[in-house]
Amino acid sequence: MKTLKILKALFGRELKLIFRNQSDLFTTFFFFIIVCSLFPFGVKPSSELLPQIGPGMIWISALLASTVSNARFLLSDFNDGSLEQIFLAPIPSTLIIYVKVFVQWLTTGFPLLIVAPILSLQFGLKYQEIMVLMISLVIGTPLLTLIGALGSALTLGGRGGGGLVAILVLPLYIPVLIFGVGSVLSYSSGISPETSFLVLSAILVFALVFLPYAIALSIKLALE
Amino acid sequence: MLYVQGANGAGKTTLLKIISGVLRADSGEVLWNGLNIHESLEDYRSIMAYINHQQAQKDELSVLENLEITLSISGIFEQKALLQDALNLVGLSQYHLRPFRTLSQGQKRRLSMARLVVDKTRPLWILDEPFNALDKAGIHLLEGFMQSHIDAGGMVVLTSHLEPNFSQKSLKVLRLNQ
Repeated sequence: MKTLKILKALFGRELKLIFRNQSDLFTTFFFFIIVCSLFPFGVKPSSELLPQIGPGMIWISALLASTVSNARFLLSDFNDGSLEQIFLAPIPSTLIIYVKVFVQWLTTGFPLLIVAPILSLQFGLKYQEIMVLMISLVIGTPLLTLIGALGSALTLGGRGGGGLVAILVLPLYIPVLIFGVGSVLSYSSGISPETSFLVLSAILVFALVFLPYAIALSIKLALE
Repeated sequence: MLYVQGANGAGKTTLLKIISGVLRADSGEVLWNGLNIHESLEDYRSIMAYINHQQAQKDELSVLENLEITLSISGIFEQKALLQDALNLVGLSQYHLRPFRTLSQGQKRRLSMARLVVDKTRPLWILDEPFNALDKAGIHLLEGFMQSHIDAGGMVVLTSHLEPNFSQKSLKVLRLNQ
């Protein structure tokens, strides 16, 4: 009961902080929109090419947007000592990570889901393709947040900051990218996207179970 | 009361981190009621308060919000009126709606004292350089809080460069040498 109340207080704290720093919130959001909108200018804007590369471009923009927000995740709490105080709370530290990662997804991953269908129209994707892309993003964005959180936990206390997180984390995104984009591509070529969804979900379940523990552990190391 | 003294780099902060369970000792163990603290870390964390030289408060939030959040995360849920009383006691009564970043260093320190005033459930206080940045009145106030905590049966472990100013019968001074 007390654990739940503490977690609720932590959840409230995280939301409050994010809404006091709205520039952070909008940076990720608009970064995603702008990067997505730049791609069509960089390639031949033909109605055959764009639908083919669209899903990949949207996914890559989501990866980049997620690395932008990862760089800041945990960092300010670590620098002012509040991360240490939060880890002194009388609750298991893995639960703390679940709350923090959930809020991080809610404020950086979830907004992408809202604009992704609109951006898909820029690439001329069809209705069904957009639906498949959305399902892959719903499963995939929590994964991006979790993997990114691990990257930022591992680099706490070290120099290099954001750039290092990106180098560490972007290669780990590759499986998510392959199966995320793969689902839409296979649907377009007449194959059921179910396999890709299942693989993505399997990775998500695995990450949900093990990564918070690993994140908590690497934060504890950084605090020592 | 354990009063830890020592030169810079003698290991005062490290010792306090080990006692509070943030850091694991290379050898030896920390016992609470005969149990290793790392075996029941969550129970141990609900009986001790560890305040180090970092403020652990958020610039974006107001003084009252910071106090409320610090307490609720450590498992203490109190009415706003009680928190306001604590702020009055440490001399921050008119500042409760001000953003934390506008406070001076000494006032920031006073805010971390307010937490100890509200939270009566923790017998063990672990304080790293609590007198830093405080003015004379602030130091006097904090010494008063510690003395009454001790008199009520509590324990305080602290580091400081100041000479201890407490009643001798409950005071133990530990001098660390490099």
